Amino acid sequence: MNTRTQDVLNSDNDALTIDGIDYQSRLLVGTGKYADLHQAKQAIDMSGAEIITMAVRRTNIGQNPDEPNLLDIISPDDYTYLPNTAGCYSADEAIRTCRLARELLDGHTLVKLEVLGDEKTLFPDVAETFKAAEVLIKEGFRIMVYTNDDPIAAKRLEEMGCVAVMPLAAPIGSGLGIRNPLNIATIVENANVPILVDAGVGTASDAAIAMELGCDGILMQTAIAGAKDPVLMASAMKKAVEAGREAYHAGRIPKKRYATASSPVDGLFF
Amino acid sequence: MNITLNGKSRDIPDNATVEQLIDILDLTNKRLAMEINEEIVPRSTFSNHIIHSGDTIEIVGAIGGG
Repeated sequence: MNTRTQDVLNSDNDALTIDGIDYQSRLLVGTGKYADLHQAKQAIDMSGAEIITMAVRRTNIGQNPDEPNLLDIISPDDYTYLPNTAGCYSADEAIRTCRLARELLDGHTLVKLEVLGDEKTLFPDVAETFKAAEVLIKEGFRIMVYTNDDPIAAKRLEEMGCVAVMPLAAPIGSGLGIRNPLNIATIVENANVPILVDAGVGTASDAAIAMELGCDGILMQTAIAGAKDPVLMASAMKKAVEAGREAYHAGRIPKKRYATASSPVDGLFF
Repeated sequence: MNITLNGKSRDIPDNATVEQLIDILDLTNKRLAMEINEEIVPRSTFSNHIIHSGDTIEIVGAIGGG
């Protein structure tokens, strides 16, 4: 085996570096939509994810004071939490959410910025995303940004100083898979920061395709939590991400229209 | 005095501090973050930040999400 092969096979030498920190896992997962927090923890552990997302919401006042808290069951000491701005439809809402998340996590500055455009598609409002990113970067936040599969928008977000750019594969929660592989490939080709597919993955083959396109990682939630067996799907996704990564580095054969025999023609005895 | 707490009107004692409000709500030592009138109130200032009548307060926590 050559050194390159060994490096890719050993995730220690093929780390995903985000904002100067190395991660061995290229699969990032959410913490919501599970039957309960214990199932969430089992699935997250099975996925091997080191970076996990969370949302910021109003505390329940006067209701179930002993209800287990996400951060008590899935400790920030064991994972890198990535607070998201899900549910925000304006730059201002997203900025407030990030500030609250930083306070909630004792000064933690790595956030997933998403500013949504409409409820039907949950497509990003890229103009508001730019506005929010500009303010948040000035305030010292380290931003992994959810955006459209638009190579120009992705490049602008990188140039602004986002530490990772995360184009959607398909609408959030849709499970439609990689709808625009050519744009994803172009975004990857142009990038100097990690590119992660965020949203739209439905099953393991979708994750493998994203990685084969050269994406640095994948963030997913519904594909795992919404599966009939989330823990088993978490295992499948882990393998798919690893397989896709290896295939990307291995270099696939070119596609062509007609056959090439797999067995030699020489030596046929008839 | 009356405040708006997580979107609902609520009466609390006059001149209460944030720390006292959190105690009243039985949220002491819970992981939370707070903003008053859209400004963050750092945890280190809870004991001396006095709440004013009409303040709009949001208390948030971490929840599962994608």
